[in-house]
Amino acid sequence: MNGTRAVVLGAGIIGAACARELALAGLAVTVVDRGGPAAATTSHGEGNVLVSDKGPGPELALAQLSRELWPTVLAQVAERSAEGRRAVQAAEWDPKGGIVIATTGAGAHSLARFADSQRSAGVRAEPLAPEALREAEPYVTREHTAAVHYGEDAQVQPAGAATALLTDALAAGATLRGGEEVCSAVVRGGRLTGVRTTRGLLEADLFVNAAGPWSGALAARLGAPVGVEPRRGDVLVTTPQPPTVFHKVYDADYVGAVGSSEEESQTSAVVESTRAGSVLIGSSRRRVGFDDRLRPEVLSAVAAKALRLFPSLARVPVMRAYGGFRPYVADHLPVIGADPRLPGLWHASGHEGAGIGLSVGTGRLLLHLVLGQPPPVDAAAFRVDRPAVLRPRPYQQEEAP
Amino acid sequence: MSSRLVPTERDATGRGGRPLRITVDGVPADGIAGQTLAGLLLASGRSSWRQAPSGAPRGVFCGIGVCFDCLVTVNGEPDVRACRRRAVDGDEVTTGSRAVPRPTDGPESGTGEGQ
Amino acid sequence: MPAARRVAVVGAGPAGLSAAQAALAAGARVTVIDAAEEPGGQYHRTVPAAYAPRRPGHLQHGWRAFEHRRRRVLAHPRCTWLPQTSVWALERPRPGQEGPPRLHLLCSGPADGAGRPRRTLDVDALVLAVGAHDRVLPFPGWELPGVCTAGAAQALAKGERVAVGQRVVVAGSGPFLLPVAASLLDAGSQVREVLEANTAATTARGWGRRPWELAAQAGKAAELAAHAAALARHRVPYRTGRAVVEARGDGRVEEVVTARLRADWSVLEGTRRTVAVDAVCVSHGFSPQLELPLAAGCALGERAEPGSDTAGTRASGPSGSRGAPDAFVRVDERQRTSVPGVFAAGEITGIAGAAAARAEGAVAGWSAATGGSAPRDPGTRRALRALRRSRDQGRAFAGRLARAHPIGAAWPGWLRPQTVVCRCEETDYGSLCAAFATEAGAAPRVAKLNTRAGLGPCQGRICGPTVAELRRRLAGDAPDRPAEGLPAADPHRRPLAQPIRLGELAAPSAPLTGPGHRPEEESSS
Repeated sequence: MNGTRAVVLGAGIIGAACARELALAGLAVTVVDRGGPAAATTSHGEGNVLVSDKGPGPELALAQLSRELWPTVLAQVAERSAEGRRAVQAAEWDPKGGIVIATTGAGAHSLARFADSQRSAGVRAEPLAPEALREAEPYVTREHTAAVHYGEDAQVQPAGAATALLTDALAAGATLRGGEEVCSAVVRGGRLTGVRTTRGLLEADLFVNAAGPWSGALAARLGAPVGVEPRRGDVLVTTPQPPTVFHKVYDADYVGAVGSSEEESQTSAVVESTRAGSVLIGSSRRRVGFDDRLRPEVLSAVAAKALRLFPSLARVPVMRAYGGFRPYVADHLPVIGADPRLPGLWHASGHEGAGIGLSVGTGRLLLHLVLGQPPPVDAAAFRVDRPAVLRPRPYQQEEAP
Repeated sequence: MSSRLVPTERDATGRGGRPLRITVDGVPADGIAGQTLAGLLLASGRSSWRQAPSGAPRGVFCGIGVCFDCLVTVNGEPDVRACRRRAVDGDEVTTGSRAVPRPTDGPESGTGEGQ
Repeated sequence: MPAARRVAVVGAGPAGLSAAQAALAAGARVTVIDAAEEPGGQYHRTVPAAYAPRRPGHLQHGWRAFEHRRRRVLAHPRCTWLPQTSVWALERPRPGQEGPPRLHLLCSGPADGAGRPRRTLDVDALVLAVGAHDRVLPFPGWELPGVCTAGAAQALAKGERVAVGQRVVVAGSGPFLLPVAASLLDAGSQVREVLEANTAATTARGWGRRPWELAAQAGKAAELAAHAAALARHRVPYRTGRAVVEARGDGRVEEVVTARLRADWSVLEGTRRTVAVDAVCVSHGFSPQLELPLAAGCALGERAEPGSDTAGTRASGPSGSRGAPDAFVRVDERQRTSVPGVFAAGEITGIAGAAAARAEGAVAGWSAATGGSAPRDPGTRRALRALRRSRDQGRAFAGRLARAHPIGAAWPGWLRPQTVVCRCEETDYGSLCAAFATEAGAAPRVAKLNTRAGLGPCQGRICGPTVAELRRRLAGDAPDRPAEGLPAADPHRRPLAQPIRLGELAAPSAPLTGPGHRPEEESSS
């Protein structure tokens, strides 16, 4: 593939992972972003690398591939350059494991069934007896009905992880063009051969749409719209605390909220500590377009759910709240592959809240698809020509109460 | 001891001063009603009562609630700005460090001491 | 007669109190909110009532007028006074709707208490008068105990009668150094010297001809003369063109290194001196507290020059400003911000001192209460004209102040790679330089997450403007345009304007019934 020119549109973590794989494979890669790298969705998330929230199926397979790749990829990045080493340190890779907790009888039942099904797909999901849970998470509520430990769940500091991947892509010869916005497509003979940007014409053999929640709008500009929309989330950050939360701990409702398509606000508790001692508390899911207003009542609901899991956090101050937009697709599956309507255009988007974790697997999968090699996981479910991507149902913005 | 309260007899504001006593990490410290915890700690000769992540000592920097350097735990409430909180007779102040995890005293009793 | 307009005033310093008084006079129902127990702000900080002072006005300038205004406002039947109350968030109206944001309050509790009730307040107009705090540039050793801001020394001396040290150096830039030195002297400290970093030539050029005349107009002359006299009486040297460039000590400051500076604040080698101290008080100017204006969506810009009609001559864009250290809230002739129904007064519109803040506050309070319509009766018109004149004089003073006491561009020369820049997370200068030198990691949010500068408990209140300035110098071309829907990175952006405990946040909130109605007393323990 030497000499093949690839342009990655979007320098978030998905774009960085794709650029890295393509550059390491010898393609001439240019990464274009209208802002700065990793400055949007990537630096507004929690840094989930989860297998625990996915049932058996193609997305779990991609999550498992990614989980396997992460430690190796970070080690390679750290080895390649001093800058990469600093970025890997900032990425704070932490394979701390996750614990899912049910607080109702019905919740316990469905959690047990869900864990069973995951085990059949190769996930390490171990039920925790109350004593074992107490040992693993001494501060968690005693009012729980079931708990499952997922040893493979991990966490990264997402901006650091994206910086590491992009640094490595640049070290492998990719070039970065920030502050450059794509305006329109140049199509020759039915094939996308270039994009006009705010700085001129950029020609290439293939273009990868990795613009996250903005990839729907970007694809429309290129004449091949896809059904990727923003779904807002909010995260609370507490002041640094003594160790209180040792795993990624979340309530079993989270799986339901991830899989829902409600426009209304959905909240469920995801609680974890960062290396500096702050507790990160998520999460909400609201389809409100790109409305970035702070909604105190949403934050209040997130706080209340978190306190159900960790009552002793009640006196801990929240010092910061931030929100971001996830790239949402109605069937909750990412879009990875060639666009059959416009040869030359590829998509790597629609990961909703899982993009940080799934990034390295997505990059690897895309590379295989671009090279025409057998993919490491079944890519059929992520293909572009599926109803949720090509014919998204119209949605209405959530109405404020 | 370098920081101190202006002695009553030469204070041009003509202040009075009802004494009060708090404890700092269990050790009694005396002050007067109306002092902030930071003022009381400084007047009792302390220049620092918190440690940054490296273990470096910290005390008062901005004095008006902006820098969060002077944080203490008061009666079990963590992260109270000492420069903004008035001392109350009997307050139990616990100093903290970000370098070494503060000891915790049991799952349901909060991250500080006592409820 | 239409129903009285509901006005909230955030901040009860000179600007806020004046705004409240004017709004009440214009017939509004006014809620005054402040984090402190008493009005006055930093300027009129005085010893607490519990000290039972016989002369509370000691060290206070304009005390009698302030006392009078304070009593008038607080006793007014249409005024609700909410002391010890934090505005922790502002909630903007839905897209397409105009008007001031909803205020989210933590009411009536001791500072950083737990279990403070959460309240919301909806108003017709909001006056932001939240003031400023010292800006301190980093230097090696500035994180040592005993190094504090000039404002800290002032607050402790005036507000608590605590002297921060026995042997003190006061250093930095600006006329604020003088009252701080005077308060320290009054509290019995030995002030070893007062150091103005700007050279005498810079200061003289900045103030221009007949500076005292200008100061007199802004009500400053008597005040500054009194401080200068105090310094002379105690034989305290006042040196220009010299700065504290390092603090040293074992566990606390024991000595400072001072050095002569060129006009750009680069160090003249061979001029370093060490001075034994047990405290050093530093201020390089003031940083406006912009989190609430930004949360409200107010546009920022550079300080207006007097006489310009719509202020903020060189605006840096709507709520997505670059957040230059000299950015202030843009206001027009009537103190209106870019957000309908939101007014700003005092130091957040430009550092101009108490007299200008009072005048701005009065104009803002009037505009907020009347919706900005021109007054009909000639008396009020005259009064407003006088206020605007006084405000413009204050702004002229501010303009000269800024020119006389600029921050010299070469100050990073004081730093070493291991000098702490972010005090909370102990991020050093070397790490920031490395981050801003990279192509992949120089975006403001990304550098923040990767270096941790600004992620600690103070949330960048102290280091934010400094880090933003270093970024502009080291990675000036790196793009930081925000994506659609996401706000621009700004060192002052803090959607949670004050910390709130999880338990308080999780508890339901109730609306305050509105100005004129006091919130029910609630225990805060």
